[in-house]
Amino acid sequence: MANTYLRQTPLAHLHLDARAANEAADATTGVHIGERLLLGMINLRGQRSNPDFGPAVKKVVGAALPGVNETSGKPEGVHVLGLGPDEWLIITPTGEEADIHANLERVVGEFHTAVTLTGESMTVIRLAGAHARDTLAKGCPMDMHPRVFGPGQCAQTILARADMTMHQTADDAYDIIVRRSFAEYVWTWLEDAAREYGVRVITGLR
Amino acid sequence: MSQSHRLSTGGSIDRETLVDFTFNGRPYKGHPGDTVASALLANGVKIVGRSFKYHRPRGIFAAGAEEPNALLQLESGARTLPNQQATRVELYDGLSADSVNCWPGPEFDAMSFIGLFHRLTPAGFYYKTFMWPASFWKYYEHFIRHAAGLGTAPTEMDPDYYDKMNAHADVVVVGGGPSGLAATLAAARVGARVILADDQPTLGGWLLNERREIDGKPASEWIATVEAELNQMENVTVLRRTTAFGYYDHNFVGMIEQRRANVSHGGCTSRQRLWRVRAKQMVLATGAIEQPMIFADNDRPGVMLAGAVRTYVNRYGVQPGKRVCVFTNNDDAYRTALDLFDAGISVPAIIDVRPDPSGELATEAIQRDIEILDDHAITAVQGSKGVAAIEVMALNKTGDGVTGTVRTISCDVICSSGGWNPAIHLHSHSGGKTVFDEERGIFLPSNTLQNETCVGAAAGIFDLARCLVDGLEAGKVAAGGAGFKKSSRSKPPSAPEEDESPARLLWVVPTTQPLGRRGKHFLDQAHDVTAADIHLAAREGYESVEHTKRYTTLGMAPDQGKTGNISGMAVLGQALGFETLGEVGTTTFRPPFTPVTLGALAGRDIGVLMDPTRMTPMHHWHDQAGCNWEDVGQWKRPWYYPKPNENMRDAVNRECLAVRNAVGILDATTLGKIDIQGPDAAEFLNRVYTNSWQDLKNGCCRYGLMLGEDGMVMDDGVTTRLSENHFFMTTTTGNSASVLEWLEEWSQTEWPEMRVYFTSVTEQYANITIAGPRARALLSEFTEDIDLDPVSFPFMSVREGTVAGVSARIFRVSFTGELTYEINVPASYGMSVWTAMMTAGDKYGITPYGTETMHVLRAEKGYIIVGQETDGTTTPQDLGMDWIVSRKKDFLGRRSFDREDNRRQDRKQLVGLLPDDHTKVIPEGSQITSSQQERPPLGSRIPMIGHVTSSYYSANMGRSFALALVKGGRKKIGEGVYVPLADGVVRAEVTSPVFVDPEGAKIDG
Repeated sequence: MANTYLRQTPLAHLHLDARAANEAADATTGVHIGERLLLGMINLRGQRSNPDFGPAVKKVVGAALPGVNETSGKPEGVHVLGLGPDEWLIITPTGEEADIHANLERVVGEFHTAVTLTGESMTVIRLAGAHARDTLAKGCPMDMHPRVFGPGQCAQTILARADMTMHQTADDAYDIIVRRSFAEYVWTWLEDAAREYGVRVITGLR
Repeated sequence: MSQSHRLSTGGSIDRETLVDFTFNGRPYKGHPGDTVASALLANGVKIVGRSFKYHRPRGIFAAGAEEPNALLQLESGARTLPNQQATRVELYDGLSADSVNCWPGPEFDAMSFIGLFHRLTPAGFYYKTFMWPASFWKYYEHFIRHAAGLGTAPTEMDPDYYDKMNAHADVVVVGGGPSGLAATLAAARVGARVILADDQPTLGGWLLNERREIDGKPASEWIATVEAELNQMENVTVLRRTTAFGYYDHNFVGMIEQRRANVSHGGCTSRQRLWRVRAKQMVLATGAIEQPMIFADNDRPGVMLAGAVRTYVNRYGVQPGKRVCVFTNNDDAYRTALDLFDAGISVPAIIDVRPDPSGELATEAIQRDIEILDDHAITAVQGSKGVAAIEVMALNKTGDGVTGTVRTISCDVICSSGGWNPAIHLHSHSGGKTVFDEERGIFLPSNTLQNETCVGAAAGIFDLARCLVDGLEAGKVAAGGAGFKKSSRSKPPSAPEEDESPARLLWVVPTTQPLGRRGKHFLDQAHDVTAADIHLAAREGYESVEHTKRYTTLGMAPDQGKTGNISGMAVLGQALGFETLGEVGTTTFRPPFTPVTLGALAGRDIGVLMDPTRMTPMHHWHDQAGCNWEDVGQWKRPWYYPKPNENMRDAVNRECLAVRNAVGILDATTLGKIDIQGPDAAEFLNRVYTNSWQDLKNGCCRYGLMLGEDGMVMDDGVTTRLSENHFFMTTTTGNSASVLEWLEEWSQTEWPEMRVYFTSVTEQYANITIAGPRARALLSEFTEDIDLDPVSFPFMSVREGTVAGVSARIFRVSFTGELTYEINVPASYGMSVWTAMMTAGDKYGITPYGTETMHVLRAEKGYIIVGQETDGTTTPQDLGMDWIVSRKKDFLGRRSFDREDNRRQDRKQLVGLLPDDHTKVIPEGSQITSSQQERPPLGSRIPMIGHVTSSYYSANMGRSFALALVKGGRKKIGEGVYVPLADGVVRAEVTSPVFVDPEGAKIDG
């Protein structure tokens, strides 16, 4: 029965696959934009001061607990964003979150922690290209200059009128994590902001 | 038409290319590099508009942002821009512009008769006339707006777009003149990130307008060298055509970039960009603004600032006149005389108010045989539509009168110079103080409150060599302040020494008559404010410069009095008998420095991007089903789903009946959901809710009421204990964010020892709520692993299992009084589970219902909505909800809850209302009285005893009903009350607030 029920991403109704097929990127494309589909996410709260906590998490997740605004792991695999002094966001490839969630609960459950699945409430928009940073700068008041913010760093900030968690994954690529109810607004805003740089939709992002 | 006043050589315009433009419908030609002002002057256009109040003919006065007269209505139709200064609009091919305040045109203006009545329109005449009868103001205003006008705003949608850019820099330099360029270089060379903003299309600042040398070569070569170096540096951003218009707290600067000079058509970029720049250090190299001499009829077309005249000669190759006199109190204006002379333009005389002017510049003028009339003043200007001649007389010893014989000198342009004043606007925006230099008669920047420094002319340094040194030093210091301590050895470029003799401060130039009798001494040409107006205001008791400004409107026009305020303050000081201008003080400089279009401030926050529209996973199903939407915060929620030919009441009646008799389906995803984990979770809930939570069993739900510290109802919702240390809280849609903040605040600031964490999971789950007697039958088709029997799955409990093959959490709660399942599935499955339920539910009569039906059904049961039945002054007692308030424990709001005032029996209490007329739905918010009288007798009042909070038609009862807060309402049950409405008084009976199924028999279906 389950097979007949389909998961829909927050941007499914925009039919981005069809658009990507119709619009080929070329040398003038300054911004590439796409939705990373249905990544798993676990919000983790806990006390770094507990010496057993970090190692226990690392054993399950495979990545160390990063500091605030830092990340660990590879963006394509399981990776962890340091959201605050006692808060982390674990992002996993599609379908891997349930096991990690269960294992985490088992391993750190004895400490003062909270392990909460949150992937369904978010989506990830990948923004890449020579003008990705300029596009974000139109709506984000944070300083993203390479001297200040670079690959492997993340921040909870705002984009125009929405909250976002931003993760710079490469020199010119960012994962924009937004609440699913804001997804269409953020997507529309980003496409609009990127228009002057030449923007193309990319698809098949995992 | 030929460019009659274009010099044959000189200027940085592109003489090879001709561009066509029209002004007031007449065709003209100019060159790229011109402004509209320089092109109009090149074509011999003297009169460009009419003045604001008296409709006097006016010409171009300045060459930059200080221009008071030459305002244009640029282009027409949707792209039209009102009140553009001709001195700041770059010329482009096909440009079309008109004057703003005249009809049919500036040469002959139908309103100019108003000038004849100037004695009837003194300072503050708005306050003195049109006062009676007050109701006639709307007629007066129409006339005044027409007569005293500026440009017209476009009436169509702007087809262009505007955007914003955030930027950060170690050093922001405002102004690309010699000091600004030097500062930029010095800061950039040590590695600081520098943003240089300049309002001109080309860098150079005032050097572009002058014949100066740096390092023994024309200044333009030095500018080119600097520009080339800056272009090579990745840490430098140069913003041309960009005006820093406001300087705010924390070194935050607003700038407007003109991205396209040609505004007659669209393009792929924004027309303007609003830069929001955060600087570690600011260097203000904003230059200086020349102040005019205030003499009689100093507003005649042809009277211009001396600096502006040499700008037109040197930068644009234009001769503003054929015979040009110079009227000055300082040496700098002599440069204009020299430049004019050297360009072959006749300079009949320099009228200098100083006795025996000396110094190099005077010597040079004498060498050229230019006549210098020292200790003289212009006492009159001949010619009404343009300068024809001037009358000159000798000044008396004190400078407050004239003596001797009148000498008339024919000329067509008067260069007026009262000295240069630092442009300290941005410094002042930032909170910086100013100090008056009594000797030089200028305001200088003094204490700074932010990381900011003024350099060059903006700091009162007018000597080129010193400007360059000052700029380099400031750039180095600013970079150091931003953490770039590396020493740089930038050798200052050299410039010839300048030796200028001091100015003579003569704020108002006397004539043979008392002030105001012969000719008008204009201070603020843009608003037609004269020196006599200031004297009148002083006589009428105005002493504060701020009050005088508002009373006379001095400096309140689009140019913000850049050439009139200082003289105006000085005149006020004289009128009040002050010794120095410093005693008068200045008015406050406020952003923006130059007008900013609303479009640029709005940026892309328009249309669908004006505010986010939050959508649930089933949003597009509702949309296709043709629902009408209700805005709940940023969320869109289905309000009701009308079928063809149904109005709102029909649709809501149908939906209500379906829920009570069959099954309805509601998208309740927007309800706030907070996941609460930790060993102290139950105790925490105990403290924030009024009722007890320790004893709640696993798998059970409980309704809770939250009070603010004031004891007033703040939010309500159902919270479920999923396991010993794991709770799941729901909040109202509108309060989900503020409740989470409330919990975090108490957790982080008051009870940090409590081990509990909160995570928002509002959007993790799609909440599909099915309600009605046939809900169980429908749900049973979708789940095998959850026993739906009401005994094993009772009201107010939760079960986890599989629904439609998807892991789900089902809550048996109810906001309608009917058997209800709130099915939470992962959000990504929401749409497919919803559509499956719709398909399978067809045979049960499934009916999607919206928020309106939800409201009707809950009101029939007397369930409150926080924010509708409550307004921040409503207590649990008022709502009859004492039953949910524990007496055995403490909780937030407890002390206030027990206040004596909250126990008063005559407080407004929640009751039901049944109108006698069963079809009458009383408007929500209506006031309730105990008297039937429609109108109270004169002089008396009918006391209001409450108001209607919710009011609907109930299809189930076949009649209208309402909820209301009524003083002492519970004691009034059974009595009649009255609701006076515009169309008559409605009588209603006070009842219990529960109308349907008071015993709760339907809860299990």
